[in-house]
Amino acid sequence: MLLDQRSDHVQPLRFAIGYVTAPIHYLAHMPTAIGEWASSQAVSRADLQADRQRLERQILVLQQRVQRLAVLEAENVRLRELLNSSAELDARVLAAEIIGVEPDPSRQEFVINKGTHAGVYRGQAVLDAGGLLGQVVDAGPFTARVLLITDASHALSVQVNRNGVRAILAGSGQPDRLRLLFVPETADIIEGDLLVSTGLDQRFPRGYPVAEVVRLRHDPGAPFVTVEARPTASIDRASHVLLVERPVRRQQEGAEQ
Amino acid sequence: MRMRERDQQGTAAIVGTFLVAAWLTVLPLPETVEFGRPLWLALALIYWVIALPHRIGVLWGFAVGLFQDVLTGVVLGQHAVALAVVAYVSLAAHKRIRVFPPLQQSVVVFMLTGTGALIAYTVQSAVGRVLVPPVWVLLPALVSALIWRPTFGVLRWVRRRFMVR
Repeated sequence: MLLDQRSDHVQPLRFAIGYVTAPIHYLAHMPTAIGEWASSQAVSRADLQADRQRLERQILVLQQRVQRLAVLEAENVRLRELLNSSAELDARVLAAEIIGVEPDPSRQEFVINKGTHAGVYRGQAVLDAGGLLGQVVDAGPFTARVLLITDASHALSVQVNRNGVRAILAGSGQPDRLRLLFVPETADIIEGDLLVSTGLDQRFPRGYPVAEVVRLRHDPGAPFVTVEARPTASIDRASHVLLVERPVRRQQEGAEQ
Repeated sequence: MRMRERDQQGTAAIVGTFLVAAWLTVLPLPETVEFGRPLWLALALIYWVIALPHRIGVLWGFAVGLFQDVLTGVVLGQHAVALAVVAYVSLAAHKRIRVFPPLQQSVVVFMLTGTGALIAYTVQSAVGRVLVPPVWVLLPALVSALIWRPTFGVLRWVRRRFMVR
């Protein structure tokens, strides 16, 4: 136990047993998968058409945003080159499906259906459509275990999108509550502020939305403000997630030019 | 040679029951009943130790526990130690447990699974990952005791069907 806690020596054993546990996780997911398949088979034509229209509208809006984004990205790269700093390339992503949630209700973890054979590695960041979800803590051959940002043992570095104030965002063990640690009384944080990842922790990619501040409590007796935040990702409703690889630095390329 | 072959009969059936128990351990459940999920692997282990004390013992308990550790993603050795202790105690008392009336047997199962759960809880708190008070840990043990008789029936049917000795 001590070995496992303090070192990586028993990882191969864990990995080997992972070959047996993976099918069990897949099997345990089967009732849910069959239920989803059955309900997707029983959708009415009108519903499908409505869905399609909604999606087309959404694509239109998103495409318009992408057009702007391309210009902004190019501009950003140029500005960074002017400043002689490194630019981050688009990170490669991998889609995965959640096939199991942690049976122990006191831990916020889930199991996804991609493992090292698909290129997943320990420490990889996991997102959904809304924002950061968590990170891979244990990569088996065909499955991987993801620790959510809401787990009580998880914390990451974030900054306020509005003004760049940095703080540490820690999980609370409840699926929709996060806390900002050690925020001084005078910090410029208000309700509704979007918190994005800073990348300073060398683990999460920079600039992804993480949470939204929902409540501040100034306690005259306490040295720090109590700041509560809600994750922007749908932590307990997500069924598909994205795994993002570590951002590739473009420094050398910039140096050649 | 013949004897030895017969001795080894049915290992696949035993492993099969453990795999089914593992499946039940990670099967998604509604959150309200999540706290009362029976300790299926411990139940299966207790049954096989009592039924085949000459074959299933502490080592099996340790191996099954290690498997459960990887399955549930906790620190390696947590369930391994717990189930090894459970296997040892049931091994020591298997003759008595066999002749107990059903109700008393369930009480013993409650104590065994409760011991296992508390050991696992102790390890978990030593590692520093505990949020629920220990009373909640004993709820699964209670459910396991209630479900012991049906489980016992099913596993006995498996043992007779596949002639595991």
